[in-house]
Amino acid sequence: MAADDVKPNEQIHPGKPVIVDRYTVGARINHWITAASLILLALSGLAMFHPSLFFLSGLFGGGQFTRFIHPWIGVVLFFSFLGLFLRFWKANLWKREDGTWLARFRDVLANHEDNAPEVGKYNAGQKLVFWSMSVLIVILISSGLVAWDQYFSQYTTIDQKRLAILVHSIAAVAIIGVWIVHFYSAIWVRGTIPAMTRGRVTGGWAWRHHRKWLRELVTKSSKGAGPSGSKPAE
Amino acid sequence: MFPPLPNPSTTDTAPRLSEKDLIRRSASTVPAPKQRLTEVAKLIDVSKCIGCKACQTACIEWNDTHPPVGVFDGAFENPPDLTPDMFTLMRYSEWDNPETNELEWLIRKDGCMHCADPGCLKACPAPGAIVQYSNGIVDFVHENCIGCGYCIKGCPFNIPRISKVDHTAYKCTLCSDRVAVGQGPACAKACPTQAIVFGTKDEMKGWAAKRVEDLKSRGFANAGLYDPPGVGGTHVMYVLHHADQPELYSGLPKEPRISPLVEAWKGVTKYAGLTVLGVAAGVGLLHHLIMGPNRVSEADEEHAEELTEGDSHGRR
Repeated sequence: MAADDVKPNEQIHPGKPVIVDRYTVGARINHWITAASLILLALSGLAMFHPSLFFLSGLFGGGQFTRFIHPWIGVVLFFSFLGLFLRFWKANLWKREDGTWLARFRDVLANHEDNAPEVGKYNAGQKLVFWSMSVLIVILISSGLVAWDQYFSQYTTIDQKRLAILVHSIAAVAIIGVWIVHFYSAIWVRGTIPAMTRGRVTGGWAWRHHRKWLRELVTKSSKGAGPSGSKPAE
Repeated sequence: MFPPLPNPSTTDTAPRLSEKDLIRRSASTVPAPKQRLTEVAKLIDVSKCIGCKACQTACIEWNDTHPPVGVFDGAFENPPDLTPDMFTLMRYSEWDNPETNELEWLIRKDGCMHCADPGCLKACPAPGAIVQYSNGIVDFVHENCIGCGYCIKGCPFNIPRISKVDHTAYKCTLCSDRVAVGQGPACAKACPTQAIVFGTKDEMKGWAAKRVEDLKSRGFANAGLYDPPGVGGTHVMYVLHHADQPELYSGLPKEPRISPLVEAWKGVTKYAGLTVLGVAAGVGLLHHLIMGPNRVSEADEEHAEELTEGDSHGRR
């Protein structure tokens, strides 16, 4: 059953166009705290990664403050993302249609999504972004703690710190890459941004990109309970 | 006896070491200096050291550091390790020589080796926080230091220490301020037995050769000079009675070199990383130019309306 995908607070508002709730206020605030921290981390991290980008430390009031604040923003990101993870992990579990969707990825890129199977709240691409973010953030926070000399220098050997910082920089490059995919997809697929700003999308958007999810929502609201309808706890 | 360092003159001397003499500057490039200074070196003759710590005291005094009073923990080392306030440290090890069956007291003055290929400088992300002069001195410039501790990861000798007070890295400067006005390092000046001597690198190598020869004549067959090629040679060198086993001297590394992890981090990762990100952004841009946006069509909206209406009819 597809209950994983549908949250009790997701409602359909009939009209022209149809409006579908996608994210609660809490989820959106959670998302934007994560987004802001990730961007600040990327900027401060890149400043310490490549000399040609050291000027970015100026955004944080100089190198010393950049060095000081970067790990703390990392802590914020970790807990903030943990919130997102707990909200979204169920809907991101891999389903049978995801493999097929991925096999048709060329069609998706060519704006022929119709040739790919109908998907639930998230398509395979979004799920891959979600899981790579999750894994990379765990790698980044753990390697980051090892390299956080101000508080943790005495707990590891220098060779472990060397390995940690190498892993940290490779994972950081990877996560910025994943972020580029995430950010570009949100722009390329028009109508996506309102999901995270106003919390709602049009019915047409849901039909086009997440038809299975839309159908589930419709089924749910027909079964039950009307606009204030609540579902049994998941 | 090696000619002792001259006493300072009583008239002002202009410093002869400046920005123009830099051959390396962290996270930035410098123009090659018009003329290179003669390379200098400090030679530490371990066989002559009596472990008096005059060098440590002179270092504290000249650099005006204030190491806190420590606690005695049963070892000769004081303090137990290098600190941001202690740039040089006498390390003592007792070794049972299996060949002679005698106890040897091996004392080594630890501190920055002033590598020709400095790992600290290679790892440093802050422009100008670590510099290398053409005379071989590697120096930390505290106003540019951001306190990240990357120099610690770059150093093959475990030398730099980050101050908890001003969050910048400290280490031996080879008394660059004294050398700049024709003096030698404070430790060399203070050493009562000429275990520390200072001069040009060539002079030091020549002097070391004589010392090694002398040691060999006294039965130290493996005596030799420690000037490790893995870091391009150093501007602080040791004469060791057991040069074949430098580890005996409180873990002096046998073949020091910049860790391959650091080389990978500061080499291929740095360049490949930015390339990958640039390509990713470029591919996105190209995709958008070629394919255009993925827009919701009128038909999509109508489908959605039909679906929900059908549903609400059903409900009534």
